[in-house]
Amino acid sequence: MIRIEQLNKRFRKLQALDNINVVFGNGNVISLIGPNGSGKTTLIKCILGMVTADEGRIYVNGQMISNDPSYREQIGYMPQIGRYPDNMRVGELFRMMKNIRIMPENQLDKELLEKFRLMPMFDKPMRTLSGGTRQKVSAALAFYFNPAILILDEPTAGLDPLSTEILKEKIQDARSQQKLVLVTSHILSDLDELTTHVMYMQDGKMIFLKQIDVLRQETGEDKLGKAIASIMKHELKAQFV
Amino acid sequence: MTRLIRYVLYDILRNKVVITYALFLFVVSFSLFQLEENESKAILSLLNIVLIVVPLIGMIFTTIHYYNSYEFIELMLSQPLSRKRILLSEFTGVAVSLLCAFAFGVGVPVLIFSFNDTGFALLIAGGALTLIFTSIAFLASVKSRDKARGIGFTLLLWFYFALIYDGLVLLVLFSFSDYPMEKFTLLLSALNPIDLARISIMLKMDVSALMGYTGALYKNFFGTGAGMLFTGSIMLLWIILPLWWAVTAFNKKDM
Repeated sequence: MIRIEQLNKRFRKLQALDNINVVFGNGNVISLIGPNGSGKTTLIKCILGMVTADEGRIYVNGQMISNDPSYREQIGYMPQIGRYPDNMRVGELFRMMKNIRIMPENQLDKELLEKFRLMPMFDKPMRTLSGGTRQKVSAALAFYFNPAILILDEPTAGLDPLSTEILKEKIQDARSQQKLVLVTSHILSDLDELTTHVMYMQDGKMIFLKQIDVLRQETGEDKLGKAIASIMKHELKAQFV
Repeated sequence: MTRLIRYVLYDILRNKVVITYALFLFVVSFSLFQLEENESKAILSLLNIVLIVVPLIGMIFTTIHYYNSYEFIELMLSQPLSRKRILLSEFTGVAVSLLCAFAFGVGVPVLIFSFNDTGFALLIAGGALTLIFTSIAFLASVKSRDKARGIGFTLLLWFYFALIYDGLVLLVLFSFSDYPMEKFTLLLSALNPIDLARISIMLKMDVSALMGYTGALYKNFFGTGAGMLFTGSIMLLWIILPLWWAVTAFNKKDM
């Protein structure tokens, strides 16, 4: 569970996060959507402690994130653009992470490593990997330690349809195991059937956080993509009137 | 923490810059001892090289290493590790490898050809300078976001400490030459670690007699136990303060 209270963050002139108050419960798959630059990645980075908020508090499973980094043991993070040490080989990367997070071999989740066929690539240096393969490595790494919370920033961007399906299945599993999954994505139709909640952000503000069924009813649209599009149009109209 | 340091060291060893640096120092020191018939003359030449090269290579290498391991740092930040631990591991890795290079490149020849007080003073001063400039370079790189600016800034700092500072001191001394400036020059020398290192080694040699009244004053002050303690603690401050500042800045930094 993640609870965020009165979170504010300003980058010079830009108010990246504007008074965010929200609770994400276990077993939810939350789609974080909004136009580019609406503060989605900043919010995620605040939860991970990579960006320090100006004001506000964040609790991860009841533990306030401040100076103690141990809460990150419960989080698996897949970044938007996975950047890894160029000289490191794929196998070394996984060995290193295993070394740093210390987890018994039998508790590691190697499903994605196998399904993405990453094992045969263990000897390849990271710099030789294509963008899509990097994404696969990032995804496999996020799920590797079997964390209770998964934060996936644009997970399907750059993945081929087959891998996207594998990842979706994995997210589905996580949901049925009562894990909390936080996903940002532009391509809504990809995650249509997985999402339980939609959080919509604009200009650093949280516009709403709604259950998907409620959202469908309100907008009268069946597809998530259309539902969001109709909201965005509405917002735009409201701005210009 | 040792696990992290191991990965940093592993990464440094793989790109071979430090090994080249060690060999370079070794060749220079070895040939200096061979060329000069008098070992204290050789030490003096070596001193001048050490005072220029060690800070320069230390700073440039540290800065480039920091920016090259940015991805590694980013990756570590999303793991259950504190920022302080990440940065200090990076520092330790870089500092240890540079110190090893110095110990091999200068340490071995000095211990072979000049096994005495002056030799030891040179080694200790060189080691201290390595740590100091690694620490300063970490501060500069944490503070500046992009690589070009970071390297530019460290080069500027090197110019300042190695060349400009002495010029400024001379300027001040000449303009106020009518006043008793000896105590003041003592203070000024503490503000530049390179000068501090130079003085503490020169005093171990006989050349301090050539430095006139100021030299005598230096000998009176730095030659004593209290003076050595003073030098040591100022050097230590030069290591700790920039590093501490770098850690504080890194703690607040947005990635």
